[in-house]
Amino acid sequence: MSRAMLLALQVLVAIVCIALWQLLSSVPVLGKILLPPFFFSNPVDVFDQIVKWFVSGVIWKHLWITLVESILAFVIGSLGGVLIGFWFARQPLVAAVFDPYVKMVNALPRVVLAPIFALWLGLGIWSKVALGVTLVFFIVFFNVYQGVKEVSRTVLDNGRMLGMSEGQLMRHVYWPSALSWMFSSLHTSVGFAVVGAVVGEYLGSAAGLGYLIQQAEGVFDVAGVFAGMFVLSAFVILIDMGVTLVERRLLVWRPTVDGRG
Amino acid sequence: MTTPTAVALEDAKVAFRLGDGRVYTAVEKAHLTVAQGEFVAIVGPTGCGKSTLLNVAAGLLKPAAGGVRIFDRPLAGLNRDAGYLFQADALFPWKTALDNVAIGLEIKGTPRTEALPLAQKWLTSVGLGAFAGRYPHMLSGGQRKRVALAQVLIRDPKILLMDEPFGPLDAQTRQVMGNLLLDLWNADRKAVLFVTHDLEEAIALADRVVIMSAGPSSRIIGDWRVNLQRPRDIFEVRLDKEFHALHREIWSVLKDEVMKGYAQSTHAAEAV
Repeated sequence: MSRAMLLALQVLVAIVCIALWQLLSSVPVLGKILLPPFFFSNPVDVFDQIVKWFVSGVIWKHLWITLVESILAFVIGSLGGVLIGFWFARQPLVAAVFDPYVKMVNALPRVVLAPIFALWLGLGIWSKVALGVTLVFFIVFFNVYQGVKEVSRTVLDNGRMLGMSEGQLMRHVYWPSALSWMFSSLHTSVGFAVVGAVVGEYLGSAAGLGYLIQQAEGVFDVAGVFAGMFVLSAFVILIDMGVTLVERRLLVWRPTVDGRG
Repeated sequence: MTTPTAVALEDAKVAFRLGDGRVYTAVEKAHLTVAQGEFVAIVGPTGCGKSTLLNVAAGLLKPAAGGVRIFDRPLAGLNRDAGYLFQADALFPWKTALDNVAIGLEIKGTPRTEALPLAQKWLTSVGLGAFAGRYPHMLSGGQRKRVALAQVLIRDPKILLMDEPFGPLDAQTRQVMGNLLLDLWNADRKAVLFVTHDLEEAIALADRVVIMSAGPSSRIIGDWRVNLQRPRDIFEVRLDKEFHALHREIWSVLKDEVMKGYAQSTHAAEAV
């Protein structure tokens, strides 16, 4: 199938869904409106709301806050995950000692930490960053840990036979291997950074997309809730496209199709 | 005339402790010397411990008994005089072909600006001058072996250890690689210990062919000198009468071991 054809079909899906939504929320079927506007709003109102946000410019501030929180959560969480993952993989004793605690914290639904973070760090951006960090950290940590432990035996032996010292093995073998595993989880970890930020905002904040949605919900402004969701989706897709670009640059050495490890 | 001995395995025994506490003896009392400038091939049935022996010479494995001497000095730790060509892919997948070759020098502290042109020269001499920017996954199996060869040779090791390096390649590529190896080797005649299961390959390449018995507790059971003229062409040498005679003679010994090896591996499989 050609690209144009595919794109046309993809757009068609959106058009059909939106048309159905508009139709079912305004035209009665068998004397009954299937999507009552109070609960489902309608595409025109939602679109109006989005336009209003962008025209008045209020949305930029919220987008900016969410973006900053996501980036901070991603950077801090990744850094921590890489360092600790690396350390654990190279020190099996440390890994063994902390293993049950790592599993315990990872099993905890992170949302329950949000109130504690809000208590400790206030309603500003840092409580959201903290929530995002707890999500990102574990993804990166497990990937790096696995990546360092599963470095090919032959490649390691080759490094040794070529005369690499422990430090050089670290730099030329363990480190690139760990980073490649981190990058392969890039989509997931960036996604979770955004989730952490938005959920944190939703549970208590003064700005951000999550705050916007929560505010609209508080006054039963369903159009506002949907508008917030659409802006959030677009935001995530844009970030994801950015990640894809970065990934292509960083992982050029990787085979694209179901690679060999 | 005395040529110095590059590698000497002195009654080396290799044993592993199995998971259930038993001790598995892979190689029993192997005695083998490789003189400087000599190309020695080790041939044996699958699972006879020939790669194990190579790892002992490399210092990757410690013998349970006996010793290893490299240029008349006992080997402690890794063998720093040796370059090792692995059977499996051993290139760094995150480095380009050029960087993979240059790293051999960079490790020794050669500045990158000096290492890169030399690496390019080596890539050219293995026939990959135009592929410097490719990553290993963009190269064919044969091309990856060429890069690996350049990576090892750029360090100019005094000894070359090769563990079925052309094993994963198809028959034709193997012969081309064999000729390439002989050409490069001819330039400075390093001591080579070459492990293979392919007797024809061994005779075509080597000065001496050493045969190992089927494992476990395998031993060296034969040592033949190959008096074919050098420089050789692998395609041509196989048509030589002397080649055939030698092949027949060695095969008569090797055949029994190969059958034993198979019998043992099927037997072991049934026992499990």
